Amino acid sequence: MPTNSPTLEFKSGSFSVPILILFSDDLKAIGQQLQEKVDLAPEFFKNSPLIFDVQELNKLSRAIDIPALVDIIRQSGLLPTGIRGGTTQQNKEALALLIPVYSAHSSTLTSADTQAQKQKIIEPEPSVNASATIITRPVRSGQRLYASGDLIVLAQVSAGAEIMAEGNIHVYNTLRGRALAGVQGNVDARIFCSDLQAELISIAGNYKISEDMDMSDVVSKKSVQIYLQGHTLIIKDII
Amino acid sequence: MTRIIVVTSGKGGVGKTTTSAAIAMGFAKKGHKTAVIDFDVGLRNLDLIMGCERRVVYDIVNVIYGEATLNQALIKDKHCENLYILPASQTRDKDALSQEGVGQILEELAAKDFKYIVCDSPAGIEKGAHLAMYFADDAFVVTNPEVASVRDSDRMLGILASKSRRAEQNLEPIKEYLLLTRYSAERVKIGEMLSVADVQDILSLHLLGVIPESKSVLTASNSGIPVILDEKSDAGQAYADIVARYLGEDKPHRFIEEKKGIFGKFFGSK
Ligand SMILES: Nc1ncnc2c1ncn2[C@@H]1O[C@H](COP(=O)(O)OP(=O)(O)O)[C@@H](O)[C@H]1O
Ligand SMILES: [Mg+2]
Repeated sequence: MPTNSPTLEFKSGSFSVPILILFSDDLKAIGQQLQEKVDLAPEFFKNSPLIFDVQELNKLSRAIDIPALVDIIRQSGLLPTGIRGGTTQQNKEALALLIPVYSAHSSTLTSADTQAQKQKIIEPEPSVNASATIITRPVRSGQRLYASGDLIVLAQVSAGAEIMAEGNIHVYNTLRGRALAGVQGNVDARIFCSDLQAELISIAGNYKISEDMDMSDVVSKKSVQIYLQGHTLIIKDII
Repeated sequence: MTRIIVVTSGKGGVGKTTTSAAIAMGFAKKGHKTAVIDFDVGLRNLDLIMGCERRVVYDIVNVIYGEATLNQALIKDKHCENLYILPASQTRDKDALSQEGVGQILEELAAKDFKYIVCDSPAGIEKGAHLAMYFADDAFVVTNPEVASVRDSDRMLGILASKSRRAEQNLEPIKEYLLLTRYSAERVKIGEMLSVADVQDILSLHLLGVIPESKSVLTASNSGIPVILDEKSDAGQAYADIVARYLGEDKPHRFIEEKKGIFGKFFGSK
């Protein structure tokens, strides 16, 4: 190798990494719920990095066993890459497992927040893009996308493609493939698109295939929204 | 800088090899040093279309396994001195190709100052097709105006966008161009084929050109002369237009409308 070419370079980058906030020290329950979450989108979670946050537990003076927790996270196919809000002892244990220690979030959750967060296990790192994923190129047949917040697609979604979001889905072009919003059970999620020719649409598990779509209220090549009323998917023009 | 162009489709029999031979010859005739590589190991036929099948001694697999040098395997075209052909092996199977081996061949060609390297992809989305597109800078997506072919092209576009070197290394994505081949304006008119507009609507891709269904293609391949050298033929002219457009010339699209009779010429609407 020529000596004048650099061997390495340090750069700083910022990534969006899911954070696992723990509200219970019941290792068995944690393992179960993690597995359920992973099973919903195995491709998405497989080998995903994960930071676990034990701040809430430590506020209640319930210090969870770090090696056991790390084991459970690994078993579900996720890769623990950091600890947050740990005690000195916990941080030491984590470091012994080569897991870096991150400083705890400055703004601690209020108890009301905690209440609201209790349902969710994995919180995306709060950042500008955490709540919405923006896709600018066509989603082609055979491609699958998963967004943990809203999903915004500025190009077409081809027949044979599949897009999924825990939140809303916006397609500012023709939607020909499959679109599944609220895949974690959010019944208030909606799908918006500017030309509906989808093979399948679904909100919180309630789905319709193209054959069953009631397009009587809908003019083709016009923007529509799809939302849930009870267990029925409603397709309506956006005026 | 070398540009690597993959001619791909997903579906077989749509005109990839015909196109690879034509555009490679087109680039070479414009004065660019060009290589065209057959990735269809086991079913090689680029050498037939190029009329050099009786001069094949070594092939791409021999080069990858170190049984021959690249110089030994490259066949100099007899019509144009800027053009070289690297044939596929007839006797090995697709697994004989490796990503490392293909990468090395492309690097060596770049070092030899080849301007354009045209990779003729086999059908399907298996190893041969994957290796043909993996290192590409540009993709010529060859599509016939029928639903199955359009769907396969779309699938291939997805693979280009996610499984190529450029995608894996987060580089600028492969530039994608649509080539609509075996197009028959008459059959579009009676609804037997998708129109240019239909295909573009489904694929939303930059149209590089339309090649009409033409007897001249068969005549050319039977005589082992790329159809672009038949300057009188419609298909030959269509390929010449495509080469010119790719190189930045402004050429209006042709062969999309039905040929008009004498009355159509005078009175027909545009
Ligand atoms: N524009 C065209 N007009 C008529 N026949 C064509 C045209 N393009 C290709 N063909 C014919 O279609 C067949 C398949 O073409 P080929 O280039 O070998 O396709 P591929 O490499 O995609 O399998 C061949 O018999 C060829 O002569
Ligand atoms: Mg071929």
